[in-house]
Amino acid sequence: MSQPRTQENRLAQGGRIDRSRKLSFTFNGKTYQGHAGDTLASALLANGVDIVNRSFKYSRPRGIFAAGAEEPNAVVQLGKAEAAQVPNVRATQQALYDGLEARSTNGWPNVQRDLMGLVGKLGGQFMPPGFYYKTFMAPASMWMTYEKVIRKGAGLGRSPMENDPDIYDHLHQHCDVLVIGAGPAGLAAALAAANSGARVILADEQEEMGGSLLDARELLDDKPAEQWVAETLAALSGMDNVTLLPRTTANGYHDHNFVTLHERRTEHLADTAPLKDGRRQVRSRLHRVRAGRVVLATGAHERPLVYGNNDVPGNLLAGAVSTYIRRYGVVPGQKLVLSTSNDHAYRAALDWVEAGREVVAIADARANPDGELVEQARAKGIRIIAGSAVVEAKGDSRVNGARVAKIDAEGFRVVGSAESLACDTIASSGGYSPVIHLASHTGSRPTWRDDLLCFVPNTVKGVAAAGGAQAVYATAEVLADGIKAGARAAEESGFAAGEVRLPSVAERRDGAPCALYQVPHEKPTLRAPKQFVDLQNDVTAAGIELATREGFESIEHVKRYTAMGFGTDQGKLGNINGMAIAARCLGRSIPEVGTTVFRPNYTPVTFGAIVGRHCRELFDAERYTAMHQWHVEQGAEFEDVGQWKRPWYFPRKVNGKTETMHEAVARECLAVREAVGILDASTLGKIDIQGPDAREFLGRVYTNKWAKLVPGRVRYGLMCKDDGMVFDDGTTSCLGENHFLMTTTSGGAATVLEWLEIWHQTEWPELEVYFNSVTDHWATMTVTGPEARKLMAEVTDIDLDKDAFKFMDWKAGNVAGVPARVFRISFTGELAYEINVQANYALHVWETLFAHGDKYGLTPYGTETMHVLRAEKGFIIAGQDTDGSVTPEDLGMQWAIGYDKPFPWIGKRALSRPDTARTDRKQLVGLKPKDTKVVLEEGAQIVLDPNHAIPMPMVGHVTSSYYSPTLDSGFALAVVKGGQHKMGETVYLPMADGQVHEAEIVSTIFLDPKGERQNV
Amino acid sequence: MFYIHCPYCGETREEEEFHPKGQAHIARPEDPDACSDEEWGDYLFFRDNPRGIHHELWVHAVGCRKFFNVTRHTVTYEILETYKMGEQPTFTADGGEGHPEGRPSSDAADQAPLREGVRA
Repeated sequence: MSQPRTQENRLAQGGRIDRSRKLSFTFNGKTYQGHAGDTLASALLANGVDIVNRSFKYSRPRGIFAAGAEEPNAVVQLGKAEAAQVPNVRATQQALYDGLEARSTNGWPNVQRDLMGLVGKLGGQFMPPGFYYKTFMAPASMWMTYEKVIRKGAGLGRSPMENDPDIYDHLHQHCDVLVIGAGPAGLAAALAAANSGARVILADEQEEMGGSLLDARELLDDKPAEQWVAETLAALSGMDNVTLLPRTTANGYHDHNFVTLHERRTEHLADTAPLKDGRRQVRSRLHRVRAGRVVLATGAHERPLVYGNNDVPGNLLAGAVSTYIRRYGVVPGQKLVLSTSNDHAYRAALDWVEAGREVVAIADARANPDGELVEQARAKGIRIIAGSAVVEAKGDSRVNGARVAKIDAEGFRVVGSAESLACDTIASSGGYSPVIHLASHTGSRPTWRDDLLCFVPNTVKGVAAAGGAQAVYATAEVLADGIKAGARAAEESGFAAGEVRLPSVAERRDGAPCALYQVPHEKPTLRAPKQFVDLQNDVTAAGIELATREGFESIEHVKRYTAMGFGTDQGKLGNINGMAIAARCLGRSIPEVGTTVFRPNYTPVTFGAIVGRHCRELFDAERYTAMHQWHVEQGAEFEDVGQWKRPWYFPRKVNGKTETMHEAVARECLAVREAVGILDASTLGKIDIQGPDAREFLGRVYTNKWAKLVPGRVRYGLMCKDDGMVFDDGTTSCLGENHFLMTTTSGGAATVLEWLEIWHQTEWPELEVYFNSVTDHWATMTVTGPEARKLMAEVTDIDLDKDAFKFMDWKAGNVAGVPARVFRISFTGELAYEINVQANYALHVWETLFAHGDKYGLTPYGTETMHVLRAEKGFIIAGQDTDGSVTPEDLGMQWAIGYDKPFPWIGKRALSRPDTARTDRKQLVGLKPKDTKVVLEEGAQIVLDPNHAIPMPMVGHVTSSYYSPTLDSGFALAVVKGGQHKMGETVYLPMADGQVHEAEIVSTIFLDPKGERQNV
Repeated sequence: MFYIHCPYCGETREEEEFHPKGQAHIARPEDPDACSDEEWGDYLFFRDNPRGIHHELWVHAVGCRKFFNVTRHTVTYEILETYKMGEQPTFTADGGEGHPEGRPSSDAADQAPLREGVRA
């Protein structure tokens, strides 16, 4: 590292920086010095750093162009530590702190000597819009390779490779009036609203509040404007009903006055949030604000002029020149040429001269400039060349001259010969564009105003613009506009606005601006030196002209073809100029061409701020059953079912080796079929249904009959939507004449409850029935297998005699001394008891079962074994064997359809629609692979003729497939067109690797077709 | 993100508490078997997609679990009213209570015929 440089462009006095505090920082490995109060951009300019980046596509050298959020070039990679890397930081928005480290995001091997730059210089004309699409189009398979090389060449910064140590918060805020922007309009609006007693939030994206007043030439109450800013802020911060949020960007306006604010709390201090009292501070906050009224005091962005080589370092916005001189005490050059279409930009020349540097000339596009600022410039002896503009900048890595020519703006041509002026800085201004981004987020389209030469926002209810955001620019008028907007917002929120005294501001007479966007050149646009419209995306005037010639007439298409207004820039500087150029090429007016839509976010937001605390263990809620800790201690592997963590299988150590899933599942399956197993089934959805009309209601929402189910009995039910498709299933038990307990799939519990409610509340409110979720109240354990009865007999007082307690009965009693409901239902096909107990007693019951179960070989099993066992019996899982296009008839479950029920139950009518009545619908069948070792792939497509030319007609697919240790064979459930009439036929499953599996269509029930094992 | 007034709770709450359930006032035919296949298909599958006033069914899913209706403008997204099940809207596309935004737009595109679902 070299020695710190001197700040050669720093003025001896002036600016709002703290000269007593020197800060050291590095940029691209070199060490520099700046002051507290600098931005990274102002400090780089103070040190005479011209090239800060290389451009995105042509790799041309680029310097600092603006002073705020609209900066297109100075996008840097920030951060010292790997974990603290932040890509995409605008140097103009980054406060300087001691030890700051930043790098250019582009440029290889470095920004000074860039190899890709040759492309931009020599091959520029060979890279028109769509260059990458056109050149690297074929073969498509190579695009991934091309893309890597192109990306490295382009570069957009990089993400950190280590975990972010910082903390980010989300805050939910409510206020009566949210004021966005703390320039003159915003401060005045906040003051007016706050005086009414309304709750006010004032947010501003900059390091300091005050906006344009921080570099204004005007006096307020005969004092410098910054003094009025300080007094106003002091007044506001003393009010309890006001929240001031500096360094806070309003990034998105969402529906109904919901605005997201991104507050950066420590990014001006260090690259990682510093500790305070030993604890890490919150790096940023995302405020989710619901505001009664919103005032958009977002100001305006200056438009640059579009002329030849307007991207060479040393080209700046006129307003940025004033900001650097007046706010930071930095003059970014020695000799200035100003090219302007309006009076306001004359400030740059006046500030430059007052800083003791030379203004070579002002090229004013107007024939007779005559405003007060023009007079002041004349009085200082500055040369003004009327009716002219800079047509081309000279220089490679820094401006060394400007060619100025008389122009005919309306005729779009140069008149007469150009004059070459030696200079190192060209400032330009083509007028001002209100910052309408947030208003655009509301979905409203802006209106073009020919008198103001800009789009002004239209807003939705509850939102109003004030000041520069609606093209009101004179300071006195801006303040009055702010007061008016703030008072009105407060009144609309129900507060009486009081009087607010306006500071006195001297009136200023400004001449009318003229319309100038692209400056004509002696050569036609396609052959002139590059005239950049969108500096960040390297979009030129020639590119837009070419796009219109190639038939892209809609501005939305031009945008997508050229990339204008893309990326993090979102068209802040270039959009209006681009539209004006497209309008010129198409022979239309700007409003006819229209504007593109600005979308959130206004400036980039870090993922950390978006995510807040919703990451890692707080990413999503996890639901555990009452026996969860036991499962963990037994070494269970878990599966996510919705938010539930369910044991998937319980691997054991056998001879020091942990079982594979295949081994564990085979062991668990055989234990259930030959001895006894136990499943934690607590996650099944449980809905308690009560009321005199509960039974009638069940008959309407289930496909089968419920009229005769007596207390003590249980029935399986299928639920359809009114289109006749199955969407959930489960058992429902009759607990009492008017009391039922419905079970649902684990993932479907909330959906089914909402389904019951919607039918009750919107269609059948006359039925008296009540629903309540009791999923978490009851823990469920399934004891199943031939030894289940013996085990149960040891722990319960319920009579387990096979005739007293039959299959599909339920009984109340005690299990392990705990009041329980025991249901004789079976999802395995074996003798089974489902024990429901109050969840907080469940672990005791579970452990008691194990204390007695050892001698019977009691084996815990997980969801994988449950799946194998149920599939062997042909029991479906809604959502796996069905997909929203399967009717009960397709499942072969006609036995569960009450065709003759009196009420037209949900799904019935649809079963006779022509499509649902087709006999060649996909129907559920069993598949037996010819090779018993094969386990078919779930989702595999089924064909009838494997030798058919591709594309083969596909007749179905596999829905569930497993290896059965009981059958010692692979087996599957599948849906096949007309499958129920194809028993015994052979089908084929061609796989991606070229293999073709052969399988026979069989019954869905692979084991115990008569149900004798569960009915003992 | 919408800010929705629940007519049962009497409070305006964040959209996150609610679920949208599609077009409101679609009544299930009293006698489905009397419907032709086309009528039944219309009831099942066809919904309006108006530019302007739209009546929607919402549920206060993590609040009171009650279903209610919302009249919303599909261009501005403004919610003009919320009302309980069984009640009728005040703002309607044919003018309703004389609310200016409730009137159909004269825009030609808005006049395209809509396929109405079966309504009861």
